[in-house]
Amino acid sequence: MKSVDLVIVGGGPAGMSAAVAAYDAGIKDILILERDKSLGGILRQCIHNGFGLHRFKEELTGPEYAYRYEIQVKERNIPFKTETMVLDISEDKVVTAMNSTDGMFQIKAKAIILAMGCRERPKGALNIAGTRPAGIFTAGTAQKFVNMDGYMPGKKVVILGSGDIGLIMARRMTLEGAEVKAVCELMPYSGGLARNIEQCLNDFGIPLMLSHTVVEIHGKERVEGVTIAKVDDRRRPIPETKQYIECDTLLLSCGLLPENELTRAAGISIDRITSGAVVDENRQTDIEGVFACGNVLHVHDLVDYVSEESDIAGKAAARYIKGENAAALPCTVELETDGRVRYTVPQRIVGKEDVTVYFRVADVFRDIKITVRDGERVIISKKKQKVAPGEMETVKITKDMLASLEGNKLTFSIE
Amino acid sequence: MKRELTCIVCPKGCQLTVELEGKEIISISGHTCKRGEDYARTECTAPMRTVTTTAAIIGGGVVPVKTDRVIPKELMFECMKEINKARVSPDAKLGDVVVENVLGTGANVVTTRNAKI
Repeated sequence: MKSVDLVIVGGGPAGMSAAVAAYDAGIKDILILERDKSLGGILRQCIHNGFGLHRFKEELTGPEYAYRYEIQVKERNIPFKTETMVLDISEDKVVTAMNSTDGMFQIKAKAIILAMGCRERPKGALNIAGTRPAGIFTAGTAQKFVNMDGYMPGKKVVILGSGDIGLIMARRMTLEGAEVKAVCELMPYSGGLARNIEQCLNDFGIPLMLSHTVVEIHGKERVEGVTIAKVDDRRRPIPETKQYIECDTLLLSCGLLPENELTRAAGISIDRITSGAVVDENRQTDIEGVFACGNVLHVHDLVDYVSEESDIAGKAAARYIKGENAAALPCTVELETDGRVRYTVPQRIVGKEDVTVYFRVADVFRDIKITVRDGERVIISKKKQKVAPGEMETVKITKDMLASLEGNKLTFSIE
Repeated sequence: MKRELTCIVCPKGCQLTVELEGKEIISISGHTCKRGEDYARTECTAPMRTVTTTAAIIGGGVVPVKTDRVIPKELMFECMKEINKARVSPDAKLGDVVVENVLGTGANVVTTRNAKI
């Protein structure tokens, strides 16, 4: 069996940044396995701007951001295989993959980085009543049709869900001549960035209907319309508020789910909330030498943060391969949440250095304090005017805080 | 008159308040950086946007393009028409100009990746 120091599953922004970081940390024997035709991942179809402000201090489109990393991978001659599907990862780090030139093959890796990204929640997971005609797409599928293949999926559009991809597609379809009649959002707030509501909906006079959902799809061969309704505070449709909207296309932007089939099959523990692996601050999972980063770990708002996280994973994998991470460090600190903070990444801290903890909140809260407690003792209290589920928050746990902890858990809460 | 804006300069999305007297800006608040202040000013006088779309490649397929600087917001659809007329060489490289000085705005429309994958 062929052996490689580091196998990276996925050649999107996470996989590419992790590869570059590991290479620069001294690991040259790397192989990136990518399912699609070229490196770049989902950024290839995200042709809008707004990427890279943190990372490159300039505003790039998705393809430009991806290209910056593709160049770095190619300059270093880091090997990659495209149109290659990874089928299995075993506990002892044997990767089984296949493509049409090599057939099925296995590689023994010293370390593996999981960077498979995420998928959209499909219509089958939404339980919408009515018929199942042509014309129902996830927003990302429509984005691929328009931006990669040059086809318009429809002319009169209703969008369910106000995630960023839905908002971006509202503008994209409008610019290409479609009429976007409404964006319906089940929740009383949007899951998308405020700037996207402004520049993708308000700029074009597209209504954002909060606390509304699609209750029925009409049409036999092709979508002919949808019935929408307002929902009450328990998200149940209110029958008197039903209204019919004529349309030929329904786009779904109802959330993203980390793509963790390989992770689960490998026996790696998954966080119930993030749907990604449980990791420490090195992004190491509970199988030693297997790391995870990017949207496969938890869904990020910005690719800049994906790159940042993947750097951490790449460097840590390099240290692991070189034997610098003392194996099986005892778990020192578990991070817990109060429910108002939904999750944290990492979920545990094993080292003694500064750690930036990323987290999301469960609802929109105003004039609150983000609090971190060591038992009863408050170690961080940070005032915020507003926090929202759509915007990831961070706090920094310093090495001094870690050194002076009394307990072995930290509790994150909103007060 | 007061105008409430959501800043689109970065993902933070600051809520801006601009106080206006007629067309004159009296005060700007809510911004957390200089670019936010500039945005509030232009948004209330002459709003500008970047256009991102695709252009057809000769022989088939599309390549993503953008205006290399912001253009007046009201010209977005006109700009789309100009871009839709353009045909890009299959050998075009990232950053190649597809439409020069589109609609006299001073912005070039440029590709955002190589036409060939």
